[in-house]
Amino acid sequence: MELYVSEFSKYVIALLIALYTFESFMVFRFKDEKRRGAGYTRQSILMFALHFSCFIVICFETGDIMYLFFYAFQQIALYAAAMLYRLLYPASNRLLVNNMCMLLSIGFIILTRLSYNMAVKQFIIAAGSLVVALIIPFFVHKFKFLKNLQWIYALVGIAALSVVLILGQTTYGSKLSYSIAGITFQPSEFVKILFVFFVASALYRSNGFFEVFTTAVVAGVHVIVLVCSRDLGSALIFFIVYVLMVYIATGKFRYIILGILGGSGAAYVAFSVFRHVQVRVQAWKDPWSVIDSAGYQITQSLFAISSGGWFGLGLYKGTPDSIPFVEADFVFSAIAEELGIIFAVCLILICLSSFIMMMNISVHLTDKFYQLTAFGLGITYIFQIFLTIGGGTKFIPLTGVTLPLVSYGGSSILTTLILFSVTEGLYIIQEDEELLKRQKKKERLRKKKKALKKRMLEEQEPDEEGEESDFEEE
Amino acid sequence: MKKEKNLILKKNKQVSEKEIKRKNTGRQIMAVTVFFTCLFLGMAGYITHYSVTHKQELINNSYNGRQQMLLAQNKRGSILASGGEILAQTILDESGKEVRDYPYENLFSHVVGYSINGRLGVEAQANYYLINSNAPLSEKASLDINNEKYPGDDVYTTLDVDLQQVASTALGVYKGAIIVTEPSTGKILAMVSKPDFNPEEIEVIWDELIEDDESSILLNRVTQGLYPPGSTFKIITALEYMRQNPDSYSNYSYQCNGSITRGEDRIQCYHGSVHNSVGFTKSFAKSCNTSFANIGLSLDRDAFGNTLNKLLFNRELMLSMPYTQSSVPVSSDTTDSDMMQISIGQGAASITPMHLNMITCSIANEGMLMKPYVVDRVENSAGSVIKSFSPTTYKELMTPEEASALSSLMTEVVTKGTASRLNGLSYTAAGKTGSAEYGTVKGDSHAWFTGFAPAEDPQVCVTIIIEGAGAGGDYAVPIAKRIFDAYFGV
Repeated sequence: MELYVSEFSKYVIALLIALYTFESFMVFRFKDEKRRGAGYTRQSILMFALHFSCFIVICFETGDIMYLFFYAFQQIALYAAAMLYRLLYPASNRLLVNNMCMLLSIGFIILTRLSYNMAVKQFIIAAGSLVVALIIPFFVHKFKFLKNLQWIYALVGIAALSVVLILGQTTYGSKLSYSIAGITFQPSEFVKILFVFFVASALYRSNGFFEVFTTAVVAGVHVIVLVCSRDLGSALIFFIVYVLMVYIATGKFRYIILGILGGSGAAYVAFSVFRHVQVRVQAWKDPWSVIDSAGYQITQSLFAISSGGWFGLGLYKGTPDSIPFVEADFVFSAIAEELGIIFAVCLILICLSSFIMMMNISVHLTDKFYQLTAFGLGITYIFQIFLTIGGGTKFIPLTGVTLPLVSYGGSSILTTLILFSVTEGLYIIQEDEELLKRQKKKERLRKKKKALKKRMLEEQEPDEEGEESDFEEE
Repeated sequence: MKKEKNLILKKNKQVSEKEIKRKNTGRQIMAVTVFFTCLFLGMAGYITHYSVTHKQELINNSYNGRQQMLLAQNKRGSILASGGEILAQTILDESGKEVRDYPYENLFSHVVGYSINGRLGVEAQANYYLINSNAPLSEKASLDINNEKYPGDDVYTTLDVDLQQVASTALGVYKGAIIVTEPSTGKILAMVSKPDFNPEEIEVIWDELIEDDESSILLNRVTQGLYPPGSTFKIITALEYMRQNPDSYSNYSYQCNGSITRGEDRIQCYHGSVHNSVGFTKSFAKSCNTSFANIGLSLDRDAFGNTLNKLLFNRELMLSMPYTQSSVPVSSDTTDSDMMQISIGQGAASITPMHLNMITCSIANEGMLMKPYVVDRVENSAGSVIKSFSPTTYKELMTPEEASALSSLMTEVVTKGTASRLNGLSYTAAGKTGSAEYGTVKGDSHAWFTGFAPAEDPQVCVTIIIEGAGAGGDYAVPIAKRIFDAYFGV
């Protein structure tokens, strides 16, 4: 019986996620959020079915029915979050909410399979973060002064990163976190969002060379502090986000060229100076030659990815635990092994559809500050995914960042939920703008017609009564 | 009034400029979006491609724990001959422990191999299939209830037990190698390398083998043994001569008086024989060294080097088993002295029996080489085929006309030349002998034969080397006869 469940469920799970992914791209057919409603409802149903079937498999494989209780808590939390979002913000974007819940539930599933304790911890943090996430759109929407805090963002950001550099705990050669009252924080995660706000507020009004230069100095300080803490992944994210935001703020492609040149120079210097960078690059180029040292993680990850096949080995049927830090940096590989390549590719596509929606919001925002913020957050999100999935599959050198919303890690979860919520807030602002625009347009139209009518009345031509009556209807 | 109008126009212009700027920004954001979308689609494609193409290779890596996991779950499958005879299977000993059983003991030692202390042969090549189980779900379910392991998939080879037996017996106590293949498909029918070992005892003899540096028991001489090709190489020299003299090669003639001298270097015919006046065909059939040294000296060396590369010398082979690269270095830098040696397959020339067999097969198959293979298909415990391997072309080594001309030359070797022990049988054979000298003592030579039968419609191709036995015509040809006899059932 157990065998039939696990074999059959593989195909069901793959089908459900494929359908969900399909829906998350089909919503782009419609411009109007209202017309997307049916698609969103289908997504919710698919999400529920997927989450449920995975936990049924977990119960069968472990023989422990208690997991269903854990599942129930998750389902209630996610459902409540989604419902409250719709209630509090009727104008919110449901694709982002759905994808957020979907990615969280995928994270819960794979973490439960990897380590029950971690999954519970993750769930509690996620539930708390969801509450925080619920109030953020309100702040973003109402507090216009967020535009003018550029130096506060910069100072707080650099201070937080520096504290880690000086006082932080070293984990495996990198200083990433410090503890307050027993809770461990990884500030580089939160500072990402502050940094986006900083660049947006510094560049939205004027984007001459002086502004670009001063922000470049501040961005450089961020990156240097991170490189000194050996947090190369985050350093790279800050760098890319900065370059692309400058490009959008100024509209000048030469800043991208400049960024590429500067980045390559810095990468070359980093490669020649830092031993650990050389090790990383070596482990990327030929992990097989250093399989028992620097290449161990990446080769184990490749073993995992290649052993699953299209439909995966099934939950609990593989050995993802053989990858060190699988729950944080290599969760994608664990998913590919046990849930299959189809599932893994769908996961990538779901992240991509969230990104496209974020960019969509950015394009439609009229206010430059909000536009830049939406854009910067979107890049932060997608580039981090590129680093973690690309790094874990030998597509690019490994940098050790988390897969947002799926990987284990409280700071990562909270930051990503804030990121999604800020974007939701921006979406609501965009909807406001649209409404305003539409009203203005109507107003203009009405004035025009009024003027026309007036002129006609003045000319007094009885022949054109018909047209007049037209206007009266309006 | 006019002033007012201008002001409005100016304002309108500003508005439209702002609008254009906004549109540009929108376009730039879309460009970044498209860029990341392409990047992600590329990455998804890469991951899919990588995982599908590397699946087998990675599971065989000793650092991959999934192998142990599969073995804990599945019983290693069996390896079978083409006739269904079991060549390797996993059974339980008295204490209930799994052991690998090889019913034919030494007979298939190199080709089937072993699976402990590393892996060799089919055990290595088909490891992925042997440790996976595609047993029907119902069977798995009932095994689950009894807490038993699933049966691993079975691997059917192209090997023929009778031919393998004949070849092994014929080689006897000599060191050497025999390979029997089907030229039209590339199927390997028999593969013998001696000295051999019993794979069941591999654990017992392992330390001894590892400590003894001289021992080459584990070496599969068919694919890994490098030998001077001796006179069998005249096939290639002849082919090159025909290519460089397409219209006049049959008019070639030479007066053999037993030796040829160029500077201080002297080439002699085997055992000092003198062939007198020889044409092209007779030089080949009688294996006249002096005549072939003479032919070799006349060849354009760069063109010859090119031909050799196309015949897969000095390069990697597409073989799914471990092998050694054959090497025959010829270029415009080659000296006359080296050229004379190489033309008769001595000096710097070296070849594996497998490679010589591949060249012979292409002659037998109208110039087209089929990829040699030993794993025919994989079946699950219920007998359904999981995967089957069909013959694939490797490369056209020569034109059909060249193959046919070489085939006639090789038939002549049997009817009028050094392989006359194959003459006058119920089938017509074609081939080339070789007596490859090695070492410093004059007269020590490896006996070679490579050939096929029937000459007019080749079905089987045999390559034999017997280390240190003597003349190919005396020692290797009789073994070829026994194998051909067995194949044709006479």
